[in-house]
Amino acid sequence: MTNTDIKARQPLANQEQSLHLLRQMLRIRRFEEKSTELYSAMKIRGFLHLYIGEEAVAVGVAEALSTDDAVVATYREHGHAIVRGMSMGAIMAEMYGKVDGCCRGRGGSMHLFDAEHRLYGGNAIVGGGFPIAVGLALADHLQKKARVTCCCFGEGAMAEGEFHESMNLASLWQLPVLFVCENNFYAMGTALELSESVVDLSSKAAAYAVPTATVDGMDVIAVAEAAKKASDTVRETGAPFFLECRTYRFRPHSMFDPELYRSKQEVDGWKQRCPILSLTNRLKEKGWIDDSTLEKLEEDIATEIASAVDFAEQSEWESVEDLTRFVYSDVGVN
Amino acid sequence: MEQQLRKMTYRDALNEGLREALQKDERVFLMGEDVGRYGGCFAVSKGLLDEFGPERIRDTPLSESAFTGAGIGAALGGMRPIVEIMTVNFSLLALDQIMNNAATYLHMSGGLFNVPLVIRMATGGGKQLAAQHSHSLEGWYAHIPGIKVLCPATLEDARGMLWSALLDPDPVLIFEPAVLYPMERTLAVDAGPVAIDKAKLHREGKDLSLISYGSCLHKCFDAAAILAEDGIEVDVIDLRTLRPLDTESFLTSVAKTHRALIVDEGWRSGSLAAEVSARIMEQAFYQLDAPVERICSAEVPMPYAKHMEEAALPQVASIVATARRMVHG
Repeated sequence: MTNTDIKARQPLANQEQSLHLLRQMLRIRRFEEKSTELYSAMKIRGFLHLYIGEEAVAVGVAEALSTDDAVVATYREHGHAIVRGMSMGAIMAEMYGKVDGCCRGRGGSMHLFDAEHRLYGGNAIVGGGFPIAVGLALADHLQKKARVTCCCFGEGAMAEGEFHESMNLASLWQLPVLFVCENNFYAMGTALELSESVVDLSSKAAAYAVPTATVDGMDVIAVAEAAKKASDTVRETGAPFFLECRTYRFRPHSMFDPELYRSKQEVDGWKQRCPILSLTNRLKEKGWIDDSTLEKLEEDIATEIASAVDFAEQSEWESVEDLTRFVYSDVGVN
Repeated sequence: MEQQLRKMTYRDALNEGLREALQKDERVFLMGEDVGRYGGCFAVSKGLLDEFGPERIRDTPLSESAFTGAGIGAALGGMRPIVEIMTVNFSLLALDQIMNNAATYLHMSGGLFNVPLVIRMATGGGKQLAAQHSHSLEGWYAHIPGIKVLCPATLEDARGMLWSALLDPDPVLIFEPAVLYPMERTLAVDAGPVAIDKAKLHREGKDLSLISYGSCLHKCFDAAAILAEDGIEVDVIDLRTLRPLDTESFLTSVAKTHRALIVDEGWRSGSLAAEVSARIMEQAFYQLDAPVERICSAEVPMPYAKHMEEAALPQVASIVATARRMVHG
């Protein structure tokens, strides 16, 4: 059993990779900032859970996954969908509720699915994705496919019975699941120490004989390295691994959250550790990025987002005649 | 040519269906509590572990939500899992997975992900198992769009519904009335897969339509025989598939008999019987010579004592008495 404690910050790998990681984090950040605007403009409705502050986790973990691996995520999954390779247009149109959305506008922000990139949601039931991830890994095990199923969840989900049932099953049957705990220290508004009798989350996985590691989730380089080791272990052993990424949500839980449960001082403290800001600063120190490069990067991302918004605006609404389509499969569809 | 018949139990028929499915398709596997070494809580999967090995006959921990959800995941991943939940009562621990995931994925993903999963479970009372082990919740499950709900009452269906369910691209729940496991009948030697989208008219008569499914179907058979001695001839319809309902089957019958009595082991309020009744009222009101009636279980948690349990469940005597009153006034 290994438990890698949070280390001092990792050295930057190389310029190209570091810039790539920065770009991915910025794509998520700017996409979500735009989404907030569009929510206020009432273009996006329903629940909207922002990942802002936590980008290093999705981006770092994605580096460790191949296109053939599967991802099971939560209702806070815009970042996972973007770094998985889905087009921003398909995601934005989905949040608009338009037919060109990745799920024809039926799922919205909380239910992003993509067959090509093997993203199995987007689940709005906390803990609901655990068993599905175990099942996907079971299918790979039975079909002798050497793939990893990455199951992302918040620390709040670890109080659900499904976490314990699934951790036990994955370990008992030795199934290739990479469990990634995005520990942002609040289950909606309930602090970790108010919801868990044991706040050392890795020890819960270790109790099921699952190897664990804990990493600074605000350091994308560290997350990428830890996720690579973790996924390598899953690939080599065909067995589960538990990776805890300690991170923080800068924005409210959803669009209806006055944030009574945490202080501005605490939030500001974490914002000092913004994964995008800190990587940018380190790149500047190294001389690997300058203001004009950064400006160009921002421009490119702004263009990508503008085109996604345009795509969503232009897309049609699904015909109401299709309301009952896909309650059951069309004949011949499998 | 005379059809060759074999004597066997409902349990044997289910076992044969499972064996056939495991032989026919390598993607099929069975998982659930005690399905392997124990041979199944009701001995339905007896012998399968020896024949197919522990990778395909998987004993699970007591984690209904995890192994049912794992069935969904495995189905999404290219397998054809059969999940056995020991009884419908325990299925409530997996309800989140069934309702929030299995039933929603296809529609919610805009048609991207269908879930070809079969879930089997025992259902119903009549074995003095008291309040937590006697539920008939199949009608409740039939409320949920996105899943199909089957209830085999005969050996043909016990043997043949499973393969048809496995061929279905969407989640199918099969409810096996526990009192039927030891029921002995004959089954054709060449019995095979059966349709899962049609009800079946088992007995024909002109005076009244008895509409039922599951273990109550057999009570309807007994009642029909008694009624025939009085000169009352009834149609006996086995709904077989509770979702989607074969509405045409009972509307056709009612158009002939002009009287309908529904016998359903579920509780009356919001029951499947209520749905059948409403459809008759909506679509065949002017065909009726008498109000549609229902015989359901008493709305109480099931008591243990035999006489009390019998009083709570639909019985042949009450079916006969109600039918007589409906026909003769």
